[in-house]
Amino acid sequence: MANIKLLSSLKLAVQSLRVGVIATVMSVSIASISTITTGVSAQELGWPEKEELKIGFIKLTDMAPLAVAYEKGYFEEEGLYVTLEAQANWKVLLDRVIDGQLDGAHMLAGQPLGATIGYGTKADIITAFSMDLNGNAITVSNEIWKEMKKHVPHEGGRPVHPISADSLKPVVDDFKSKGKPFKMGMVFPVSTHNYELRYWLAAGGIHPGFYAPHKGDTSGQINADALLSVTPPPQMPSTMEAGTIHGYCVGEPWNQQAVFKGIGVPVVTDYEIWKNNPEKVFGVSKGWAESYPNTHIRMVKAMIRAAMWLDENNNANRPEAVKILSKSQYVGADYEVIANSMTGTFEYEKGDKRDVPDFNVFFRYNATYPFYSDAIWYLTQMRRWGQISEPKADSWYKNIAKQVYRPDIYAQAAKALIAEGKAKAADFPEFATETGFKPAQTHFIDNIVYDGSTPNAYLEKFAIGLKNDSEI
Amino acid sequence: MSKQQTVPMMVNQIKQISLPTLNQFLTATALPIVGIVIFLGLWSLMAKNIDTSLGKFPGPTAVWQQSIVLVDEHNMQRDKAGKFYERQQQRNAARLVKDPNYIVTIKDFTGAPTFFEQIWTSLYTVMVGFMVASLLAIPIGILCGLSKNAYTAINPLIQLFKPVSPLAWLPLVTMVVSAVYVSNEPIFSKSFITSAVTVALCCLWPTLINTAVGVSSIDKDLLNVSKVLRLNGWSHVTKIVLPSSIPAIFTGLRLSLGIGWMVLIAAEMLAQNPGLGKFVWDEFQNGSSQSLARIMVAVLTIGVIGFALDRLMLALQRKFSWDKSAVLL
Repeated sequence: MANIKLLSSLKLAVQSLRVGVIATVMSVSIASISTITTGVSAQELGWPEKEELKIGFIKLTDMAPLAVAYEKGYFEEEGLYVTLEAQANWKVLLDRVIDGQLDGAHMLAGQPLGATIGYGTKADIITAFSMDLNGNAITVSNEIWKEMKKHVPHEGGRPVHPISADSLKPVVDDFKSKGKPFKMGMVFPVSTHNYELRYWLAAGGIHPGFYAPHKGDTSGQINADALLSVTPPPQMPSTMEAGTIHGYCVGEPWNQQAVFKGIGVPVVTDYEIWKNNPEKVFGVSKGWAESYPNTHIRMVKAMIRAAMWLDENNNANRPEAVKILSKSQYVGADYEVIANSMTGTFEYEKGDKRDVPDFNVFFRYNATYPFYSDAIWYLTQMRRWGQISEPKADSWYKNIAKQVYRPDIYAQAAKALIAEGKAKAADFPEFATETGFKPAQTHFIDNIVYDGSTPNAYLEKFAIGLKNDSEI
Repeated sequence: MSKQQTVPMMVNQIKQISLPTLNQFLTATALPIVGIVIFLGLWSLMAKNIDTSLGKFPGPTAVWQQSIVLVDEHNMQRDKAGKFYERQQQRNAARLVKDPNYIVTIKDFTGAPTFFEQIWTSLYTVMVGFMVASLLAIPIGILCGLSKNAYTAINPLIQLFKPVSPLAWLPLVTMVVSAVYVSNEPIFSKSFITSAVTVALCCLWPTLINTAVGVSSIDKDLLNVSKVLRLNGWSHVTKIVLPSSIPAIFTGLRLSLGIGWMVLIAAEMLAQNPGLGKFVWDEFQNGSSQSLARIMVAVLTIGVIGFALDRLMLALQRKFSWDKSAVLL
């Protein structure tokens, strides 16, 4: 209060006096006042440089941190007036972030990496916030499932999960012998779904095909047993229903939608392919992040709070989150469809609903922290399938990861939250000692161990895929 | 005369007059109603028998319910907007205390546009595109009508571009607009410019061609009058050419507006620009059990607005046309 009085008297003084010398005296005293006010809450984050923001997303349940941060007012509490806008597909979304129509977006983890190394559109995109773990599944059409089911081991009348692509192989071989193409959909060439689907197929001995960008071949179908192509997520069910593809890998709710519509059966979740795999990230262009550092940190703060809310008390808030997501401006699918996977269960075959409590993870297991090792995994898969056409040294992988993934920005946001009492230090990794590399990870469907610090050695372990020195 | 008429005669006269008008009235109102009732009946009958993967095809009742839901959603959103501005004021006040140098600006409501806001966006866009096209097409059309040489020069271009679907232009327009229209504080959004330019591109041709035809077929007598009076070029155009080609110009304008409205919806769907087209596309993507009914509401709305626009142009045409004997439908 004293400050306000002082200020108003100062303003009066400015109005009555016009001498330059006095004006400088005034500015000095104003500066001293502001240090007094900021002194109350130490290291307080600066005001946002840009207050009105437009953020893009694709209609998938893992955009939840954005919707929750908006609806719960977390953005506004950071002084950000955010408009959330659904985008037609991942390419449009990326292009609009690059040309500045969007300030940032819900992105596939591979998009900032792909853009930075120049696969597809070349642009510097960075991320300081990982939006979720898991959340995808692979669905096949009813007719494929009928054939596939014969080869799936059963126990007590129910299929034993995880179902590997071993049971799909005879079906694909049959297609091949009849000269028919076996087609599957994924959402984008650098999408997690593309790599997960490829991983699953290759683990079952089905070749998903190579890319050869240096020869101008970006179809990703060289030597392929299964032909993969791009379909935007919301159109997956209708494309499979039309018979254009025989199956797909996509995020929710589009697998559960297939169950509800009775047009297909989800066979495996990405949780089973690679336990707690990193999924979407919040991407912004590097130039934007440099122009608006405080805005960026505040965005991350709001999203961390939203992610915490989503996982709080053992998913207690999920039903409310589903209600938000089912609004037509967000995901817009029916409540039941979204709830099926968001509330800790997953329905495979109609009626075969199983508990998968970690199907969608938003905050647990440091889900929001941008680990370098996650970035490197995506880079290894880009190399494995030929999107990176030349061999690269281990150091190259690490450099790219450090360019794109920015735990430093994340740490600033997290520390601000801790200082404000909105989060506990225990919720986050130990920032002083965190290397950004997770210890060797074992939970893959083919039991191959991934260690992010040795990407080339990792590539050597796969039977199908490019290795260190191989080229197409 | 009238004084000498007897009452029966008058009654008879009235009968003679009113019977045909009553008949006309009946046919004019009753038949459309019959048509609509039959349509609604067939629609609800068909709807029950079409099973889509999103449930039954929406019948008239489902569509009616959804239109009420859309109105409710609009009102709810207005409520939210009100609260948004309240919160913003409080926040601004709180910030001014801490940061007196802060320049307060009122930020627009950040919520999603409602159905009715999308209608307004579409209407506004189509009108701007249409105006721009008309301002270009009428002068060029007059030029073509007046000068055989100009016509011969421009005609190949008209013939070449007229049959091109404006949607084929859309990617080019989008790229050009984002490359050329660069400003830090844009007055119009890029998406609006893209949609409006696309609409303008297709509104151009009917107006242009009709104007040219109208101008070139002006009565020889009128042209002679102009010659005798030695009107200069400007007076010739304003006093003789424009008034006499107004019916033709309006025919062109009406066609243009109709096409523009159709194209706008498609362009909005394709380019994801705000408007009714975007509403339809978003609902299609949502794939919820209400989506089809909501799309149907939009379809009917698009139809009603298209009809209203056409009537509006017709009314204008009637007002401005000198040839009151011409039957305009």
